[in-house]
Amino acid sequence: MPSIAKPLVGHPSLAKNAIGLTIRDYEGTMSTLCAGCGHDSITAAIIKALWELSTPPHRLAKMSGIGCSSKTPTYFVSGAHGFNSAHGRMPAIATGASAANRELTYVGVSGDGDSLSIGIGHLCHAIRRNLNMLYVLENNGVYGLTKGQFSASTDVGSKSKKGEANVMSPIDPIQLALSIGATFVARSFSGDKEQLIPILKAAIAHRGFALVDVISPCVTFNDHEGSTKSYKYSRGATHAATESDFVPPATEIVGSIGPVGSTSIRMHDGSVLNFTRVPDNYDVTDRAAAVKYLREHPGQIVTGVLFADEGVPDMHEMAGSPQTALVNVPFDKLCPGSAALERLMGSFR
Amino acid sequence: MHASDTSNPDYFHKVVDCQWACPAHTNVPEYIRLIAQGRFTDAYMLNRESNVFPAVLGRTCDRPCEPACRRSRLPSPSGEETPVAICRLKRVASDHKGDISERLPKAPAVKNGKRIACIGAGPSSLTVANDLMPHGYSITILERYDKPGGLMRTNIPSFRLPEQVLADEVNSILDMGVDIRYNTPATSMKAILDEGFDAIFVGSGAPRGKDLDLPGRNESDRIHIGIDWLGGLAFGHIDKIGEKVLIIGVGNTAMDCCRSSRRLGGKDVKVMARRPRAYFKASPWELEDAEEENIEIVINHAPKRFVIENGVLTGMEFERLEWDAEAKKSTVIDTVILPCDDVILAIGQDNAFPWIEHDLGIEFDKWGMPKVDQTTFECTRPGIFFGGDAAWGPKNIIWAVEHGHQAAISIDNHCQGVSVAERLGFGINLISQKMGLSEWSYHNDYNPASRQKMKHVDLVQRFEDLHVEVELGFTAEQTAREVQRCLNCDVQTVFKAAKCIECDACIDICPLSCLTITKDGPEDEMRLRLSAPATNITQELFASDPLPHTGRLMMKDEDLCVHCGLCAERCPTAAWDMQKSQLNINYAGQASTKLELTHA
Repeated sequence: MPSIAKPLVGHPSLAKNAIGLTIRDYEGTMSTLCAGCGHDSITAAIIKALWELSTPPHRLAKMSGIGCSSKTPTYFVSGAHGFNSAHGRMPAIATGASAANRELTYVGVSGDGDSLSIGIGHLCHAIRRNLNMLYVLENNGVYGLTKGQFSASTDVGSKSKKGEANVMSPIDPIQLALSIGATFVARSFSGDKEQLIPILKAAIAHRGFALVDVISPCVTFNDHEGSTKSYKYSRGATHAATESDFVPPATEIVGSIGPVGSTSIRMHDGSVLNFTRVPDNYDVTDRAAAVKYLREHPGQIVTGVLFADEGVPDMHEMAGSPQTALVNVPFDKLCPGSAALERLMGSFR
Repeated sequence: MHASDTSNPDYFHKVVDCQWACPAHTNVPEYIRLIAQGRFTDAYMLNRESNVFPAVLGRTCDRPCEPACRRSRLPSPSGEETPVAICRLKRVASDHKGDISERLPKAPAVKNGKRIACIGAGPSSLTVANDLMPHGYSITILERYDKPGGLMRTNIPSFRLPEQVLADEVNSILDMGVDIRYNTPATSMKAILDEGFDAIFVGSGAPRGKDLDLPGRNESDRIHIGIDWLGGLAFGHIDKIGEKVLIIGVGNTAMDCCRSSRRLGGKDVKVMARRPRAYFKASPWELEDAEEENIEIVINHAPKRFVIENGVLTGMEFERLEWDAEAKKSTVIDTVILPCDDVILAIGQDNAFPWIEHDLGIEFDKWGMPKVDQTTFECTRPGIFFGGDAAWGPKNIIWAVEHGHQAAISIDNHCQGVSVAERLGFGINLISQKMGLSEWSYHNDYNPASRQKMKHVDLVQRFEDLHVEVELGFTAEQTAREVQRCLNCDVQTVFKAAKCIECDACIDICPLSCLTITKDGPEDEMRLRLSAPATNITQELFASDPLPHTGRLMMKDEDLCVHCGLCAERCPTAAWDMQKSQLNINYAGQASTKLELTHA
């Protein structure tokens, strides 16, 4: 716990975004995580992404469950809404919140324990429903809050702090998500904000559920020799499959979008995800190609936007639910009375 | 970029802007912390080490430290941010200090047999005495008046510097047993040399006020030279002035002249300036203090002639000027006569050495100034040293003190047979301030308080007596607020590249966007691609050695760092640490001490 709150004085060159806020306006309270935690770095990336997107703080909902990762929504955008739910239940709570108010931007933060152990069922169904949210999985391969046991994402052979090697097969959240129809799948590393920030922005702009798996070293329990999720190992093992830029909707796209052979994806809100590099014979809109690529690079941390499909309807579109937040639906329409209920019940008889 | 060489004492010294700007390198942040702890005597003694006259300077210093203060470069929600009131806090230390007699330097019972003459009992000569007496030197000061202090006595009116305050600090030096000969103006360098001194220090100041040779100048005795007039006032020879007074010139001497005039009967006092306000020589706070006393400052008026009617000064004619944008070229609009009873000329001072014979090997330049070495303060004749305003023309007290320190080192070397050029540079010690997890030995939080305003004696009361000190000093509450404005710039961010794991924690937490991890490049190009552009090129850019994981560099722009220590708190490997830099300044005595050691 730092001795003081971050002083409010800021650099005179601090720029303002489209809604007149500086990046300092997107900060939260001081982090109580260990010094050097990868999660804090991801928090900083989320702050930068939301500031650059000019998301109004009061139009943002921060969702989380339990764990070190799930504490982090407190550390960004103090002016936003938030719900810290039961362990692993964040996707369920987010589904409910989104069902009631589809107008907010939903940012969920979870960890490998919260998402891949206790909450794996909820995660899978949120993916199936294509719930419109950014789901950040802060993946450190360890149960940090309970002092360093292996998690469901620990690689085979990766060593605990005491030197014991893991023997059980890990769950790769990316391959899991691809297999159950996820519409936006990306991976990055907390130590590479240059890559992470544009990915987060594209994920927020995505129509539907965007899973961003971020390798986030645990400095206290998983940053030693023999760990496959340490800062040192992650830096050496990351392999950027794709490189991309996020171009916001209002920006005029001038000149060449990128080198020949590159792809760009027009996002649902008019922004463009512009790939400056993708491997040969790789199509970011081809689910099978993404899985194949991952299988072809074992032992490497394959990063970048790995798959994106803007053509799948999200939860509200599938359900045909009202176009606005329920709070904006007139009461007599929202609750049409006993007579209407009788008519509805009659139609089932 | 080359990795920054932080083992060079200048690197961290420069980060402490106030200490770097102070000619005597006063350890400002440390004495402010001592005041914050209520250790006023310690704060005073720390000041005294480098600037010798804390009580005098706490009232009259030209304050080169304050415009340099990092605080004034920070953005402020209430408009312009202002520097820490460093000078006022120095006075706080002297106002509240306890008995210091035990802690003052003392002369040893056994002298070392070396005799030094100092010409003039001003700040530079007194500093020479202060530095050399404790090492066994015998000092003789030749003073032309019957009281010591030099310019501090003759040019600074007592409503700014009470006589007792000056006397206390001067006496703390003279009481070591300095042989001071009052009423002894230097009339012949040859005669002084004949007395057989081992070294001579000339600290006789710049005693000649500039005159204004205009028609009518010699036809009235109501036209005064500023510094002579202030001297007459200090010694009680002058006690009144006419109701209408014109001061010519707009430097700090002019401010002392106009404010003194108000106390001697001047009712309509005008300060006449040739150029617009932006080009005034007077310190802004001295201008404010004068204007508070209803003194009018008239710009763009160039003196043309004194108006004498029937042998009596009745006014002065001025040309009204119009300046170009940069106030370099002027055109005359018309002329105007302003009525007056007295005119005081405060347009500058000159050095004068009519008493130095020209066949002694002391060379002068074409302006009649002695040729003095910038480092050793020695003139072209070995064993004779110059300092203070006598060396290179009018500066101010704090410069005179520093000249005295440097000349004393040279004199010590000269007398002990060591080359005067052999001088120890600065040293620096770095001491970690870590007390525990997220715990520092200094108050690391940034305090948004604004600068405390000095309270003044009300206008009616202050004009009742020439000696009423105008500034009241800070109250306890004001002091408590002001000390917390200091950013503790001497608590340095010290980085060890080998420990860094590039987790970005320091970069994310830094409130002023000082830090960046990035690829190497040329400095001017890197300055533009840091977390925030580093546009103040007077401030250092710290570059680390290549980082172990990626070979990138840790960069820090020192410009706006508030030394909050959060980078070090959030660093998992202690690659960053907050370490107090303590500048080691060398004073006279190295040569004598070395000699004593070899004999022992």
